[in-house]
Amino acid sequence: MEKKMPRIEIIEKYCKGCRICVEFCPKDVLEMKGFYASVKNIEACISCMQCELRCPDFAIKVITE
Amino acid sequence: MAYDYEKYIRPGKLPHIWCPGCGHGIVMKGLIRAMGTLNLKKEETALVSGIGCASRLPGYIDCCTLHTAHGRAVPFATGIKMARPEMNVILVGGDGDGTAIGGNHFIHACRRNIDMTYIIMNNYIYGMTGGQFSPCTPTGDKASTTPYGNPDPGFDLAKLAIGAGATFVARGTAFHANQIDKLIVEAIQHKGFSVVEILDDCPTTYGRRNKYKSVIEMMNRLKEIAVPVKAAEKMTAEQLKGKVLTGVLYKEEIKPEYTAEYAKVIERAKAAK
Amino acid sequence: MSKKVAFIQGNEAGAYGALYAGCTFFGGYPITPSTEVAEVMSVELPKIGGKFIQMEDEIGAMAAVLGASLAGAKALTATSGPGLSLKQELIGYGCIAEIPCVIFNVMRGGPSTGMPTGPSQSDVMCAKWGTHGDHPAICLVPASVQETFEEVIRAFNLSEKYRTPVMIMPDEIIAHMRERVVFPEPGEIEVVPRKSPTVPAEQYKPYDISFGDVPPLASFGSGYKFHVTGLNKMQDGFPTTKADIVQAEEERQVRKVNANVDDIVTFEEYLLDDAEVAVVAYGSTSRSARYAVNIAREQGIKAGMFRIKTFWPFPDKQIKALAGKVKGIVIPEMNLGMCSLELERCAQGQVPVLGIFRVDGEPINPDQILEKIKEVK
Ligand SMILES: Cc1ncc(C[n+]2csc(CCOP(=O)(O)OP(=O)(O)O)c2C)c(N)n1
Ligand code: SF4
Ligand code: SF4
Ligand code: SF4
Ligand SMILES: [Mg+2]
Repeated sequence: MEKKMPRIEIIEKYCKGCRICVEFCPKDVLEMKGFYASVKNIEACISCMQCELRCPDFAIKVITE
Repeated sequence: MAYDYEKYIRPGKLPHIWCPGCGHGIVMKGLIRAMGTLNLKKEETALVSGIGCASRLPGYIDCCTLHTAHGRAVPFATGIKMARPEMNVILVGGDGDGTAIGGNHFIHACRRNIDMTYIIMNNYIYGMTGGQFSPCTPTGDKASTTPYGNPDPGFDLAKLAIGAGATFVARGTAFHANQIDKLIVEAIQHKGFSVVEILDDCPTTYGRRNKYKSVIEMMNRLKEIAVPVKAAEKMTAEQLKGKVLTGVLYKEEIKPEYTAEYAKVIERAKAAK
Repeated sequence: MSKKVAFIQGNEAGAYGALYAGCTFFGGYPITPSTEVAEVMSVELPKIGGKFIQMEDEIGAMAAVLGASLAGAKALTATSGPGLSLKQELIGYGCIAEIPCVIFNVMRGGPSTGMPTGPSQSDVMCAKWGTHGDHPAICLVPASVQETFEEVIRAFNLSEKYRTPVMIMPDEIIAHMRERVVFPEPGEIEVVPRKSPTVPAEQYKPYDISFGDVPPLASFGSGYKFHVTGLNKMQDGFPTTKADIVQAEEERQVRKVNANVDDIVTFEEYLLDDAEVAVVAYGSTSRSARYAVNIAREQGIKAGMFRIKTFWPFPDKQIKALAGKVKGIVIPEMNLGMCSLELERCAQGQVPVLGIFRVDGEPINPDQILEKIKEVK
């Protein structure tokens, strides 16, 4: 069965732009866009959840079905 | 699935006060997941802290929360636990709060082995007051009060806890976020005084004065120095130089727990009446 | 049925008074001359399922007491001068977070280690000004063993009624003297329970001023959840720096006591009706003062005594009125003039205030007081 693509939600009002999610994503899915983190390449995401776990600010959610 | 942190966050309290990249937020999320795993009842859980950036944590969590004075979380919590042994009592705070001004209370809670879990966010510095050195700042490092390098040797917090008689001691890091909740869950389940040290980062007052110019460099440092206890068993002393062990460092279940012992005192006193 | 009577020390009476008041938690650290309180509590509390803990220092003891009180226990600590100094930061915490508890402080010589076994009355200013910041202060100064028993009960009652730490400060003479105590039956002396919330848990706010200046306090572990901090707080317990709220809350905290001085302040007037000389005294010193007044009367001098039972809040109004009636006030005290300053403040220059100040570890004897009485012209 084909795995559904995750959805990544970045809550800008919480994001403090620390870059942790961007730097430590194993698949280079995220990037900084101005002050905030943003999704660059969702196709590469393996839903490892590391970005969500490490975001100190509750600002990123990896939504899988 | 994205984790639902809202369950234990007080409505309207986010965003929190911590600086960009401060690891305290990562630890708070770990604590929330641990509370969720254990399904802790909010009304039956006391979360107690001292003063410092780390100690601001309880304000965000939806349970019985007590933000005490600098260094005094442990004795306040001791009073709560003695008065209501059925409550889950969790403490959070910083390295300075716990090992400097609160150091005496800390070792005595370890000695008593009173059933509480103490999560210490060790960012090696007094963050809140602008980066003075703490008893955990490595020798030679720069702080606002060690402009020529820190002359003090630091504590090994975990060894201190073990030496003082704590019966569960674990260590994790803010980088290894996935492990934090698991360590806290085990600590809370343990009957006795449990200590979870989370090596943390303070980019604002520690990193920038030392060789870690960004949050990322601080996180990389945590990534590099951490060695899981299991992996360490196969490593040589040479390989372990400059590393810190992570995981459950110590656990014993023989030493009696304090409130249970006091229950026996009550029985003896009533029998003697 | 005849009442239970015992021949006991002031410290022991203090402990039994606490138990009568419903105290179920004691946290302390041993210090002469207060240790007997801890010893009695260690024996008696577990018998009733209460908790006794000897902490690692006085700061820890004060913290444990506040923690236990927040968890619903009526809580007591006992200490003496050096310990009282250590407790001060957390006494302030109890004041701002509004946590009831009782501090039984036996006054000994100071500062610092001073004279551990010598009597003194030099902690009375520390009771009000020891902790920083504006805060309410209630401090009782018993003058006999029986009164120590009764005043500890009143201390607990006031702490619950006004939701604030209350101090009771016998001096070493009262604490270690043995006297006959008649124990009241249960119910004979009123015991004030904690004002618990009446609102559902979701609506509860720990500083809800819609209930007046003293909002009900829920306990941790009783189905309520809330936040407590030592920062300036809002009604919901969370910190604030909003100027109007901080101002109003600070004022309320102090007003709880200041607006109720008539309910709190107690005193004894002895032969004051026609008195020309008033001896103002408190604690053990009042016993010498009473003796001196009696002798003065025998010698035809119209002397009387105003005995302070509640040191804080200070009986301002009564002293002012007294100063308007007499020719002079004599104040014997075992310090270098602490109460004396308060008397001068209240007397507003109407009459001279003559002090007898002793800090040599010896009690003030009636002769000294009599001599001073005679100096009033
Ligand atoms: C009695 C007292 N002394 C000093 C302070 C000032 N102070 C506040 S927080 C702090 C250090 C906090 O450091 P730490 O516990 O490591 O927490 P962090 O801010 O690093 O998270 C100090 C010294 C205080 N609030 N109270
Ligand atoms: S879930 Fe993993 S792979 Fe996907 S964006 Fe986050 S860190 Fe990258
Ligand atoms: S880790 Fe969180 S706060 Fe930091 S940049 Fe990413 S989303 Fe923003
Ligand atoms: S000063 Fe340091 S410890 Fe405090 S919030 Fe900022 S990064 Fe965190
Ligand atoms: Mg720190």
